[in-house]
Amino acid sequence: MARLNVNPTRMELSKLKKKLVSAQRGHKLLKDKRDELMRQFMIMIKENRQLRAEVEAAIAEADRYMAVAGSVMQREALETALMLPKQEVELEVGVKNVMSVYIPVFSPKYRTSDTSDIYSYGTAFTSTDLDGAVNVLSDIFPKMIRLAEVEKACQLMADEIEKTRRRVNALEHIMIPDYQETIKYITMKLSENERSTTTSLMKVKDMVLKQSHNFT
Amino acid sequence: MSDTHFKTAVIGDTASVSGFAALGLSVFCETDGAKISKLINRLAANDFAVIYITEPAAALAADTIKKYRSSRLPSIVLIPAIEGNTGDGMRALHEAVEKAVGSDILN
Repeated sequence: MARLNVNPTRMELSKLKKKLVSAQRGHKLLKDKRDELMRQFMIMIKENRQLRAEVEAAIAEADRYMAVAGSVMQREALETALMLPKQEVELEVGVKNVMSVYIPVFSPKYRTSDTSDIYSYGTAFTSTDLDGAVNVLSDIFPKMIRLAEVEKACQLMADEIEKTRRRVNALEHIMIPDYQETIKYITMKLSENERSTTTSLMKVKDMVLKQSHNFT
Repeated sequence: MSDTHFKTAVIGDTASVSGFAALGLSVFCETDGAKISKLINRLAANDFAVIYITEPAAALAADTIKKYRSSRLPSIVLIPAIEGNTGDGMRALHEAVEKAVGSDILN
């Protein structure tokens, strides 16, 4: 522990004592923040993991359908079928404050009122596998939006937790011990000064008494 | 910010992403690393809130994606490509846990 480079005066002592109190209060608050963030983070991570597994499985299924559709249909026909989508998605982005981490909240708005109205092509010239792929993707889409939300929240919270943890550690292991040691040093120095003043006063008193009354 | 409408994009190779066009997402077929980076920057500046990117495409533009990790928007989500799941998406999740907790407790 390093002692702070300050003059051992009463003024510095009271300043440091005040700083120590606020550092200790800050430490407690940050520690609480870290713990709560961590709790929320664990819930998010759990959801994130589950969503990701579901989304990945669904996309793999859709890809399988697409691969089959691609093999039975001509590429141009496939692209033409998907070229002009009926559906359009817009996102409304809100903000949620979790322990002063601002995480985005997405709510999708569809152009057509019927969310299952997704087939942008007539079924006469397209493979049923294409329908399957589009259907699977459409079903999983709300979860994909939620995944985007949760994944972002996890990333932002991970950053914030790391920052808070560093702050807690800096306060706990560096600032607070430094303050305590400096306070101790100044207290010792001041009491040492006091003792030295007392002894020199006693000495002077002795000398004066000796001089005036020949007192031994 | 909450009343503006944002869009959703999908980036990757044609076979993997064309299905998303039917859902009304903006689909960008790109397989060149530098172009993907440019595209992500352009989308981020143009009201795209969510960008889905296939894992192989993401691997080509890892630095650019990392850059947007700590900003609130856009949210860049890795999805498996048609060739199969490389596990990069899950790995990113494990990295976040490691960063927050100090060790990977998911395993």
